[in-house]
Amino acid sequence: MDVSDTLTATFTELQGYLQAEQQLREDIRFAVRDIEQTTREIQKVLQAIHQPQGLTKIALVCENSRKLFKDVQDQIKILSDKIPANQYYKYHDHWKFAIQRLAFLAALVIFLETEQLIDRQTAADIIGVKVSKEDGFHVDLDDYLMGLLQLASELSRLAVNAVIAGDYARPLQISSFLGELESGFRLLNLKNDALRKRFDALKYDVKKVEEVVYDLSIRGLKPSTET
Amino acid sequence: MAGVNKEKRPEGRTKQFKKVNDNKNKVVVDENSAIIKIFRGFQGELDAKHDKHERLVKISRDVTIDSKRTIFLLHRHRDGSDREGNDEILNDAKDKIKEIQNIRFLAMAEELEGEDPYQFMRAISPGMQEYIEAISFYYYLKHGQLISLNEIQKDLVFSKTGEDEQNKILTLNVPPIEYLLGLADLTGELMRLTINSVGAGNLETPYKICEFLQIVYDAFNSYGNTLKDLNRKMGTLRQSLRKVENACYTLHVRGSEIPKHMFADVFMTSGDDKYAEDVE
Repeated sequence: MDVSDTLTATFTELQGYLQAEQQLREDIRFAVRDIEQTTREIQKVLQAIHQPQGLTKIALVCENSRKLFKDVQDQIKILSDKIPANQYYKYHDHWKFAIQRLAFLAALVIFLETEQLIDRQTAADIIGVKVSKEDGFHVDLDDYLMGLLQLASELSRLAVNAVIAGDYARPLQISSFLGELESGFRLLNLKNDALRKRFDALKYDVKKVEEVVYDLSIRGLKPSTET
Repeated sequence: MAGVNKEKRPEGRTKQFKKVNDNKNKVVVDENSAIIKIFRGFQGELDAKHDKHERLVKISRDVTIDSKRTIFLLHRHRDGSDREGNDEILNDAKDKIKEIQNIRFLAMAEELEGEDPYQFMRAISPGMQEYIEAISFYYYLKHGQLISLNEIQKDLVFSKTGEDEQNKILTLNVPPIEYLLGLADLTGELMRLTINSVGAGNLETPYKICEFLQIVYDAFNSYGNTLKDLNRKMGTLRQSLRKVENACYTLHVRGSEIPKHMFADVFMTSGDDKYAEDVE
């Protein structure tokens, strides 16, 4: 019967398609796993800043993590070569968390080096991706912003640890940075999505740093240049 | 921007300080800050993306509504019988489908021009699936066959005359996954068609549909767990298949016993619950 023959043929064809896609997803998972591994290593290197002597070794820490970012760039290349044109968002879920984390780590490095907010171009360059989707494998704006919000949490922790290490100037610097960052985020009309939820946590990070600054100022520990 | 005016307050505090203290109450936007400059850029980009998403959701909802209407229209068709008005119904449905393509989907294709089609998939997928359900149902009634993905895709290629008088080709990409999910919905319509055609005294259609559904069911089963969305629909598909199989069984065993005008009652009762859940 010809109806059932065409049916079967149709479904066989679709099955081939599904299998190919399944295989590609498998490959992507492998590539992302490598990236995540390096990401963890970078994170480990950067954790040093929280240790008592950490803040004196910032230059070295940043240099070491930048070396590891070179590996990430190669691994991103491997991943991006696998993605067919115009299908970035089809598989986006596989790597978005990795990219967010990388954006965060890159932002942390830049903050430690320059005390500036990383812009999207710099973040993209460090990670080894493009800025706009027209150019290929890029960092999604949401992912980059997620990375910045993770940076805020990390810096609020750093503010505490800096005090422990006797560095009383850094919390002030972090506080003003987070304040500006928060104003920045307030300019955005966020939808009720993951980014919005993560942004809602930003105020706790800001609050924490403000408390640190308050503790320092009532005890007269604030560096005098500010007043 | 309300914040800009507040900027010119008399207090001459240092920039850094202001930030720290003001954040709790109001947003003071310092336009000179590098960070604010960066975020100004994002503002427009993010808004544009969200707006586009919203517009697509709207179009998709319109597609869904129109497709549902087409499906209801098609259910007035009595397959296999020479009932008057069958051709008319098919023609009407065809017009409706053309309208969906040329108005809704053209608008969708224009929105998606130059975009990664998968970025907004979540917005357009419900409408697209409903449309695939409608057009494949139409196709089945007209030709007694399954519409192929290629055929669906062919209808969604538009040529548009741009500002430079050049003809541009806009293609609304139909991913195979959406096609499969649309077909999963089609099976529910075919189940209803079975019940209806028995009601109309047509005793061949149920067997044809039964065979059709069995093949679809087998195929979907063999895809296994590769598709999350499909798994959800498998339950419904299974139910529909069971109903059609039971209908065929009843026809086969008791076909000669039930007077023709009673068929409808006998089978309608088994289809009612499904009908209710499928409407919404």
